[in-house]
Amino acid sequence: MQLSQFKKPHDIEKIIDYLNTVELKVNIMEVCGTHTMAIAKSGIKSLLPTNIRLISGPGCPVCVTDSKDIDTILEICKQYKDVIIATYGDMLKVPGSRYGESLEKLRAQGAKVEIVYSALDAVELAKNNPEKNIVFLGIGFETTTPGTVLALEEAIKLGINNFFIYSMHKLVEPALRALLNEPDFDIDAFLCPGHVGAVIGEEGFEFLVKEFNKPSVICGFEAGDIIVSIYKMVEQIKNNKPQLENEYTRVVKKNGNLLIKEKVEKYLEVSDDNWRGLGNIPRSGLKLKEEYREFDAEKKFKVYLVNTEKENGCQCGEVIKGKIEPKECKLFAKVCSPENPIGPCMVSSEGACAAHYKYLNF
Amino acid sequence: MCLAVPLKIINIDGNSAQAELDGIVRQIRIDFVKDIKVGDYVIVHAGFAIEKLKEEDAIENLRLIREVTDAIKSI
Ligand code: SF4
Repeated sequence: MQLSQFKKPHDIEKIIDYLNTVELKVNIMEVCGTHTMAIAKSGIKSLLPTNIRLISGPGCPVCVTDSKDIDTILEICKQYKDVIIATYGDMLKVPGSRYGESLEKLRAQGAKVEIVYSALDAVELAKNNPEKNIVFLGIGFETTTPGTVLALEEAIKLGINNFFIYSMHKLVEPALRALLNEPDFDIDAFLCPGHVGAVIGEEGFEFLVKEFNKPSVICGFEAGDIIVSIYKMVEQIKNNKPQLENEYTRVVKKNGNLLIKEKVEKYLEVSDDNWRGLGNIPRSGLKLKEEYREFDAEKKFKVYLVNTEKENGCQCGEVIKGKIEPKECKLFAKVCSPENPIGPCMVSSEGACAAHYKYLNF
Repeated sequence: MCLAVPLKIINIDGNSAQAELDGIVRQIRIDFVKDIKVGDYVIVHAGFAIEKLKEEDAIENLRLIREVTDAIKSI
């Protein structure tokens, strides 16, 4: 299959040349961390005129995780000696609100933290360590949730009783709604995350146009996809015809993936959730349903948090909302770097600060 | 973690499959995609396929992009 053609489609330079003749001021938010990374890596920003701006949104799951959740996980890790934390690698360096604390540091001090590639690896870990309790950190949007659900199903099927899920799974739509309702939100169009689209379908983004009148394009992850999508948004704005377009038709269908939707609904329920930067958003998170509470790490491992919330100067919350660019944070590249991240936006490779640091500045 | 890549299915065993990209083979799950055959492409996310990538859809997608570039050329 000619997938490489999407990196640089035929005559793509023509679109770039054209965009450089556009004088309109356009602020586009890329919602997804993978888009942030692809944009930084491909140098797309440097090809666009300064009046067309790409601004990162709340689509990096590690970055939007509330520091209270991180603190809770760190406490579970410290207080329950029989626990093994199983996590995707991205979570390792995320600092808690107490200075210098992270899963990586705790691991260096002897705590048990295992990196898994897939949620099912965590079930395997539980099978192989029957004397331990495995706490899998369920994190991510619509695309990673199905893996967590599959793992839960597997654990039930195998009769495993030492596997627990700490669910921080989040939904894209409520976060975008919260952003759109912020008083000084200054975004003209949305580059919608293609893989979330694969799950929720085109219909999952329709509210952006129907309710908020924002030009929106569901976009793939190759440089060509992104440039074509930017063109489509600019045209919509120019012609004053906001609509939802699907640029990623090779993957995203009208209704999304029904098998995934059904399975997620079977095991998880929508609940209010706390987001870094955005605060508490009603019905924006997913937790285990009551009938699966025996697998719920939050119910099984109770910890008491001393109030450690402290100002450390990190402005991730503002970065996530698209209010400031990473380099506007005083700590950027001076104190905060991928080696010594102060906030989650610098930890995750999909975080706006990390992408900025890696590809744009040096 | 969020990174999803198109992989080619090279072997299927029930709900599990082996999928490959540039010679690197990964064990994945295919519970969420129907009618998968060896040789199909899937979008894989943290170890499981979230969608099938059909040849004709990719070709159609390229055609749609071509339409955009052609429209610009004629301006
Ligand atoms: S540069 Fe570092 S401290 Fe500043 S907002 Fe980004 S992550 Fe936070």
